[in-house]
Amino acid sequence: MSLWVDKYRPSTLSKLDYHREQGNFPHLLIYGPPGAGKKTRVMALLRELYGPGVEKLRMEHQNFTTPSNKKIEVMTVASNYHIEVNPNDAGIYDRIVIQEMIKNIAQAQQLDIGGQREFKVVVLTEVDKLTKDAQHALRRTMEKYMTTCRLILCANSTSKIIPPLQSRCLGIRVPAPTQEDVIKVLQMVSKKEGIILPDEFAIRLAEKSERNLRRALLMLEACKVQQYPLNAKQEIVEPDWEVYLRETGQKMVSEQSPKALLEVRGRIYELLSHCIAPEMIIKKLLREILKNCDGQLKAEITSMAAYYEHRLCLGSKVIFHIEAFIAKFMAIYKRFLEESFANMM
Amino acid sequence: MDAFLKTGKLSNQPKESAASSVSEPSQRKRGSLIPWVEKYRPRTINEVSYQEEVVAVLQKSLQGADLPNLLFYGPPGTGKTSTILAAARELFGDIYKERVLELNASDERGIQVIREKVKNFSQRTVSSMRPDGKPCPPFKIVILDEADSMTGAAQAALRRTMEKETKSTRFCLICNYVSRIIEPLTSRCSKFRFKPLPRDILVKRLGEICEFEKMACTGEVLESLIEASEGDLRRAITFLQSIANVTVERGPTIEDIHEITGRVPNHWIEGLLEKCATGSYDTVQSYICNFSAEGFSVSQLLIQLHERVIFSTEFSAKQKNLICEKLAICDHRLAEGADEQLQLLDLSCTIMISYQ
Repeated sequence: MSLWVDKYRPSTLSKLDYHREQGNFPHLLIYGPPGAGKKTRVMALLRELYGPGVEKLRMEHQNFTTPSNKKIEVMTVASNYHIEVNPNDAGIYDRIVIQEMIKNIAQAQQLDIGGQREFKVVVLTEVDKLTKDAQHALRRTMEKYMTTCRLILCANSTSKIIPPLQSRCLGIRVPAPTQEDVIKVLQMVSKKEGIILPDEFAIRLAEKSERNLRRALLMLEACKVQQYPLNAKQEIVEPDWEVYLRETGQKMVSEQSPKALLEVRGRIYELLSHCIAPEMIIKKLLREILKNCDGQLKAEITSMAAYYEHRLCLGSKVIFHIEAFIAKFMAIYKRFLEESFANMM
Repeated sequence: MDAFLKTGKLSNQPKESAASSVSEPSQRKRGSLIPWVEKYRPRTINEVSYQEEVVAVLQKSLQGADLPNLLFYGPPGTGKTSTILAAARELFGDIYKERVLELNASDERGIQVIREKVKNFSQRTVSSMRPDGKPCPPFKIVILDEADSMTGAAQAALRRTMEKETKSTRFCLICNYVSRIIEPLTSRCSKFRFKPLPRDILVKRLGEICEFEKMACTGEVLESLIEASEGDLRRAITFLQSIANVTVERGPTIEDIHEITGRVPNHWIEGLLEKCATGSYDTVQSYICNFSAEGFSVSQLLIQLHERVIFSTEFSAKQKNLICEKLAICDHRLAEGADEQLQLLDLSCTIMISYQ
């Protein structure tokens, strides 16, 4: 029994919305928000190129040695025709992974050209998190080994990819599905599963999913497990951490004191230890607390959030910056409350 | 294992022959795999567009004059690498491979490599005759591409090597920003600035390629292509090839170009300004959520927003000042890896305030 998300993953390109000609394709840069179908498209493309053989995957561990003699291990997922790597696993040494591994793969030619394509495919995920060094290292490699190797780069956004790389790839933007699309897919899946999905409920699910199809499907499945038959007014199951974060936000608004700060700090630690991304925490907190703020204050707090999120990227200890943001918010909010109180007097 | 090594080496040959003889039917399929940027790289220095001074100096050295150490700098896609490669090919002909050492950012280029590889290579002396008896210059060329990404220590290690081996070796440094090359190196080279290519030359070159590839392309499309590539010929050619791949049956349109170059459609920018003008935070927030779900790049949006704001008449100078300052801050933060959505929200708040 697999999750619905995997069960209904489209397997061929014609089921997706774009279709490309075989034989000749340049390096690809596929970018779009999470849950828009980037990976699905890559797998479908590979299937189209090589046939069902690409689905025989195997995991491999590869070892690299850095110039400072530190050993790093990177896990790759490979079939006979392609190899998928997330170079970020190597941390700051990602440049070495790129240089060594891609050169190794690219330099070995396919032995039997007749039976298969004359090039292999390397799929690099989360390219936007690569260091600048590693991206520069990719530049020439991409041009030099064009005949034996194609790269498919996956990223959430092109902002963090250096222009020379962008200009070497054919960029494919994968927008997130619109709300109508999400509803359509939800209805299609529930039809195939033989369950009845009330229209109103589908709309509510789509709204909650924030145009992320994966999330919508997971939520649908969770709801079905919780209560069936589905009711239009049924509560939608949300991930625990989101509920927890929302409560944290409400706490921040209800009380501003060192004691409250300490309490919130404990909750943030709890979230961080469950591997919730710090950017996500700031974003969701911001959305939650802004519900209770006035217009002028909203702008101020947003700019604070942007400021601290930036510092968080540069710094190494995330809790400092989240805490600073929370303290700043409390100070601003308290001042605002006192001022409006004084005006009323 | 041997077989692997052999095939690896052989791979160079079919690639080159495919480039030169595209007409042969069996190799046509391979030829189509070569990026046009490589295919239409100038083969001789006379083919290099627009950069007269460099071409003149290199022409002289072709006729037997001495060649100084070179430092090429200029914006990307103006032909720096192409020029030196073409010159080297003309100078050395068949023995090109032995006489030229090309290192770029994808190779390891720490101080160790400079000390060992470059030094060893430059210490070898070479004859002034080719194996077939024709005369050729008695030196080798070391090309250090993307030299501005070399560390300071590695650059410093080059200093003495450059002077000592002038008899047998010439260096050619290529970079985008001359300010990142240490002073002692720049003073050892004759500097050439590569100017950004003017519009008409870009149009002409792209037109030639279109004709060669039998691609129907209207002048209008070429114009917008050039606008999107900002004077970078390599980018323009890559875009052209991508477009040719995508739109095989029909001719490319301006919308295709916007899609491929990743430009944000104008209605998004107008929409954002409109929503900011309403002054309601919640509408702006939901608009931005929608925008990021579309997958456009925020840094591209910033660039276009900047153009839009600077040349608009509806903003006062003070507003422009406020917005542009924030634009710069947000762009800086984005470059350092901050979250796109938050930065855009921050910027929109500033625009909202400036409207009040």
